[in-house]
Amino acid sequence: MDTGLAIRERLDSIAVKGKQKKQIKCDTDSIAGCVSQRACVYCGARVVLNPVTDAIHLVHGPIGCASYTWDIRGSLSSGSELYRNSFSTDLQEEDVIFGGEKKLARAIDDLVGKYKPRLVFVYATCIVGVIGDDLEAVCKAAAQKHNIEVIPVESSGFIGNKAAGYRAACDALFRLINSGETEKKKNDPKINYLGDFNLAAEAWIIKNYLYEMGIEVNVTFTGDSDYMALKKAPEASLNIVQCAGSMHYLARKMKDRFGIPFMNVSFLGIEDTSDSLRKIAAFFNNDEITRRAEALIDKEIRRIEPLIRGYRKKLQGKKAAVYVGGGFKAISLIKQFKELGIDVVMVGTQTGRREEYEVIHDLVNEGTVVLDDANPSELERFMLEKGAHLLVGGVKERPLAYKLGLAFIDHNHDRKHPLSGFVGAVNFAEEVYSTVCSPVWRFIG
Amino acid sequence: MLDFTPKEIKERASGGLINPAKTCQPIGAMYAALGIHRCLPHSHGSQGCCAYHRSHLTRHFRDPILASTSSFTEGASVFGGGANLKTAIKNVFAIYNPDVMAIHTTCLTETIGDDIPAFLNQAEIPEGKIVIHANTPSYVGSHITGFSNMTRGMVNYLSEATTETKKEQVNIIPGFVNPGDMREIKRLVKAMGINFIMFPDTSGVVDSPMTGKFEMFPKGGTTVEELKDTGNSKLTIALGSFASTDAAIALERKCKVPAKTLKTPIGVKATDEFLMTLRNTFVTEIPYELEEERGQLVDIMVDTHHQFHGKKVAIFGDPDIVIGLTELVLGLGMVPVHVLTGTPGSSFEKEVRAMLLESGLKGNVKAAGDLFEFHQWIKNEPVDLIIGNTYGKYIARAEDIPLVRVGFPILDRSVHSYMPIVGYKGAMRLVEMISNALLDRQDRDAADEDFELVM
Ligand code: SF4
Ligand code: SF4
Repeated sequence: MDTGLAIRERLDSIAVKGKQKKQIKCDTDSIAGCVSQRACVYCGARVVLNPVTDAIHLVHGPIGCASYTWDIRGSLSSGSELYRNSFSTDLQEEDVIFGGEKKLARAIDDLVGKYKPRLVFVYATCIVGVIGDDLEAVCKAAAQKHNIEVIPVESSGFIGNKAAGYRAACDALFRLINSGETEKKKNDPKINYLGDFNLAAEAWIIKNYLYEMGIEVNVTFTGDSDYMALKKAPEASLNIVQCAGSMHYLARKMKDRFGIPFMNVSFLGIEDTSDSLRKIAAFFNNDEITRRAEALIDKEIRRIEPLIRGYRKKLQGKKAAVYVGGGFKAISLIKQFKELGIDVVMVGTQTGRREEYEVIHDLVNEGTVVLDDANPSELERFMLEKGAHLLVGGVKERPLAYKLGLAFIDHNHDRKHPLSGFVGAVNFAEEVYSTVCSPVWRFIG
Repeated sequence: MLDFTPKEIKERASGGLINPAKTCQPIGAMYAALGIHRCLPHSHGSQGCCAYHRSHLTRHFRDPILASTSSFTEGASVFGGGANLKTAIKNVFAIYNPDVMAIHTTCLTETIGDDIPAFLNQAEIPEGKIVIHANTPSYVGSHITGFSNMTRGMVNYLSEATTETKKEQVNIIPGFVNPGDMREIKRLVKAMGINFIMFPDTSGVVDSPMTGKFEMFPKGGTTVEELKDTGNSKLTIALGSFASTDAAIALERKCKVPAKTLKTPIGVKATDEFLMTLRNTFVTEIPYELEEERGQLVDIMVDTHHQFHGKKVAIFGDPDIVIGLTELVLGLGMVPVHVLTGTPGSSFEKEVRAMLLESGLKGNVKAAGDLFEFHQWIKNEPVDLIIGNTYGKYIARAEDIPLVRVGFPILDRSVHSYMPIVGYKGAMRLVEMISNALLDRQDRDAADEDFELVM
């Protein structure tokens, strides 16, 4: 398929390093009629909140929105598994005509009776925004009736894109935190870890590193978190933010309200992981923590370096294409590929922000294509043009890469191995190796 | 751990669902539209629905599933989606150049009352290109209803009666089944030597071969010419009353092609019926090749029947498939004690109950149910086997019961969409899967002294 770039409106969203200015158009609405890879507000809110393990996640809408999000997230739990069920008000035609508030109230009653939760999130889907159900009022009444927290999530799909959903989720989380009365104990080495959803146990890996450094993780937002843990969020003396796209907003709110400072970190790849651990240690300005951090980094790097070197030998000179959700992840991936001797020749995101695109621009080599909100024909065109051997993406990108005879890495919910931290760096290298160098490619053609 | 389902059954007042056994209309419409050659499905609504439907189909078929969207924003929801749709039509043909664009609505565009035919009248559709549509409000029916609506849309827009006398050809509407099933049904009809048009036909589209190239529109799918020609056929066979009848009836009304609804041909009986119907209208005999297959299947059933006798089974999934599976397991001497579909429709319960009654059985039967209830049934009356889609794995684990994966969606296993469950061959495969599941279980549970080489 060579459709070229038949629509001019897309031109500003694509740049080639060295040829064009640094800035590309991003954070805008997709163009009608494109095969966009993007999702909606509800989707953004759901992915952020879903890992809260002991909450009822009740989707107020017709059945689809709940069906498609039933346990697809891949976040692990050390406690409750309640979050892995699918709850929906299953709105029917008459509800759409007469309003769904009563049905929602009854559904909450039903679920509270069955599961005795302390926390219910009620997600608004598109239709709720249109029929005008007063979610706030229904939730408030239910909260009073059952004496638990029932928090509405304003996530009607059409009010923006996935990024707006992240904000809706952060607003819901902030409501929860802000309604507690916990006291902050100053300067304990206790931190909140924001923007890790514990896919394939990633949050646990980072938690262990920090523990080794003498730092306690107070609560993770939201991987393997629960009601009680989230309530204690104000006790932390620092917020570290991994997935900035989804959690930067909450970090700001917590800074304004509780005075908790925050910093961006990244645990993808050796370089970013080491830098981030050092940054955290530096924040506490405590010799013991710094010493432990250095010891940890040293030990881990010594352990994994020979492994990485082995993979590097086999992968050197290969070319990668990246198309992921957020800009922050793209940045880390570019660095991580460098560690493996691989050049990134195409890089794009669904929701990257301007600053992130600037960093990306500085990191990549001359000639690399940078693009926002790409569609499959663009992905295909640039991957082929640039001679990529490998694509990093999510569920919808996988078969596209395969059909082109390219290797593929899932860096989204469908991944099965942790890709965070030093362990993750090795897993990543191994995954790249196993797909790029698989014998199956020999049979094509 | 994953088991949050209490045994005690209480009436639920809310009408809400816990762990649904259905999903929404648009995904069914999208799947049906993929069964037209060189067609791009288009989701008229916000991006999220389209992204979800594509991901879900991608996970099931493991092939690229492409569809465009009107990308609704707040403005469109307030002022109507006409402008978005017109831009979308222009862009879709300019960028992707399909022959057909098949539009379906979502709950959002249904609720704000977008009038698609009116928009289409005002839109500029390039010369020689075709746009069809179906209304698919997700607060009615299920994904099966959506499939049915889009299939009927094909008839409404495209079927034409242009010949004086009807041609010696049959229309076959396969229903919401895998491309592997569609291929198998086509093989049967070809073996009978009968001309046919199958629509929709997703084989060659969502199970396309690896060529090292990415084809946005692979070779498969029913062509527009064929869809038009359906109006000239002598007979339409709708396989599965839920997914296929509406289109067949629409075609009967529009082009006077007699419609006949049969069960999805799962198992000996339903496959026999399908072939006999074809024979009665078109040819004098069934070729030996198929008789031989039937004979093999029955031979296999005889060889294995002792394993199945009296074994209790719980079946859930899409109505046409579940009805077929129920008939198949009854034929093996199994006892279907719980039978459920998420799709609403009273005929499901009637049909399944009648089959049970005929075998002297009673069981829990329900349409518009959910897997929470299904799980409760199993807690109250345990079974030896569950047959259903991937979502059955939670119950299978909680109750330690083997699960045979059949239906849509299957998200945690591969290859299934290539392998038929219909026809005699499909039945052989089902018998093998069911038998293996039960025997693997027996091996796993056997004490050393009971562990046997020959089973
Ligand atoms: S909004 Fe409607 S069409 Fe979209 S996923 Fe939800 S139920 Fe389906
Ligand atoms: S209906 Fe709206 S909220 Fe639901 S998936 Fe679609 S865009 Fe998202």
